[in-house]
Amino acid sequence: MNNTADKFITLSLRLITYAIVVVIGYILFDIIKNGISALNWQFVSTFPRRSGAEGGIFPAIVGTFYLVVGTIAICLPLGIGGAIYLAEYADQGKFNSLIRLAIITLAGVPSIVFGLFGLGIFVLFCGFGPSIMAGSLTLACMVLPTIIVASEESLRAVPKGFRDASLALGATKWEMIRTNILPYSLSGMITGSILGIGRAAGETAPILLTVAAFYLPRLPKSVFDQVMALPYHLYILATQHPEADRIRNMQYGTALILLLLVLGLSLGAILIRTHFRKKFRW
Amino acid sequence: MVEHSIYPKDMEMVITTNQVNFYYGPTQALFDISLLIPAKHVTALIGPSGCGKSTFLRCLNRMNDTIPHSRVIGNIFINQKNIYAPGTDVVELRKEVGMVFQKSNPFPKSIFDNVAYGPRIHGEKDHNRLTEIVEQSLQQAAIWDEVKDRLHANAMGLSGGQQQRLCIARALAVGPKILLMDEPASALDPKSTTRIEDLIGELRNNYTIVIVTHNMQQAARVSDYTAFFYEGQLIECDATPKIFTNPRQKQTEDYITGRFG
Repeated sequence: MNNTADKFITLSLRLITYAIVVVIGYILFDIIKNGISALNWQFVSTFPRRSGAEGGIFPAIVGTFYLVVGTIAICLPLGIGGAIYLAEYADQGKFNSLIRLAIITLAGVPSIVFGLFGLGIFVLFCGFGPSIMAGSLTLACMVLPTIIVASEESLRAVPKGFRDASLALGATKWEMIRTNILPYSLSGMITGSILGIGRAAGETAPILLTVAAFYLPRLPKSVFDQVMALPYHLYILATQHPEADRIRNMQYGTALILLLLVLGLSLGAILIRTHFRKKFRW
Repeated sequence: MVEHSIYPKDMEMVITTNQVNFYYGPTQALFDISLLIPAKHVTALIGPSGCGKSTFLRCLNRMNDTIPHSRVIGNIFINQKNIYAPGTDVVELRKEVGMVFQKSNPFPKSIFDNVAYGPRIHGEKDHNRLTEIVEQSLQQAAIWDEVKDRLHANAMGLSGGQQQRLCIARALAVGPKILLMDEPASALDPKSTTRIEDLIGELRNNYTIVIVTHNMQQAARVSDYTAFFYEGQLIECDATPKIFTNPRQKQTEDYITGRFG
């Protein structure tokens, strides 16, 4: 009887897991099947024509790339710095719990609220206008919780023995962190961060109000220029375009490129992790 | 109770503790510990788990500073300097007083980089000088012959006993006068334990060693003086043969004859 029950549970859990894979597989299959026909050199290297019904999506790719780079540049130092403080320096008291609560809350804020926040603070109050600067800052706020949590976990994963040994050899706290904590936790931090940023790269709501342009005839010249971006371009093509029904291949092609970009980021994260895992093993 | 009488008259004392009390938050872990530790001898701290011997050891290089809400009341003098006086440079103290931990904890770096770690953070950059220190330290820790051909291999590839001797070499590389050992052989097999004990026997010629051990035979084998701790109190300290043959306190006798602990 017990054996049968066990088999039943095993089978059920397996089917549930397979179901998840099937859903992901179907999404990938659908996008690839319909998008592959749109993919060619012209599609990724030229500007859109007729509001995106023809031509390529080059400026949107460039725009999303800039936004990702900008977000990384802002949130990585902030997130890692914050995590080091929380994991290594902060007293584990009430104030610390409050900071943690704030971070968890921040992670649960809907992305459109981040968009509105970015509009209010960075676009209007700081006067950046709709720009790469404002968009990157907004996206950075959004991924900050992910980065802090991932970084803190990987800092805490460094064995206590390394800390004790460093201190006992006369290292100061910062020397200990710099020489015997950060080198081992950096890969985990970067991996977690890239996965978070990968998600942000596909977000529409935060950039909608802070940076994204429907169409721009030229590439941005500074961080205070607007850019086109893949998720927003896709949103326009799929829902706002007068010819939405007739340009399915353009929509799928854009989706496929966005997907490849995010997968590329995740793959990069995995490569970094394996590289460091081989280097430091304990 | 500072017991001068147990030591020969002209013996040099390196560590003097004077009524040391230690608290983890509201819990008192050490009560009025007054102990003298002689230079270039091995002093063993024994007692049942939770008796405070490790806590006391970790007071001697202020490793307990890292524990939140912990407090020390009392004085510990090392070379006539009060190490808990305000303005004490903890880095300098830990250069003087090295420590070896229960669980061997080499860094996931090369054998060379492990030993060179201490000298490097203290500003030694000259490669020849570092090479010299590394060789000397590894030789002192009796592991040179085993690793001299693979100094740049990862230290994690060494066996448990080798790792512990590497950690001793790493501690010696900083040039301490005093070596604190917190159950250095408790996680090792008998053969590796013997090697560590032999090593302690050699090091005692040049270093003052304080060793915490659970293993009474080990205390009897390696130490010159033994201090028995029980429930945060120092019950008795005497020459090791005396403690193990003719202790003055009933509790000591009960413990060493295996009646508790």
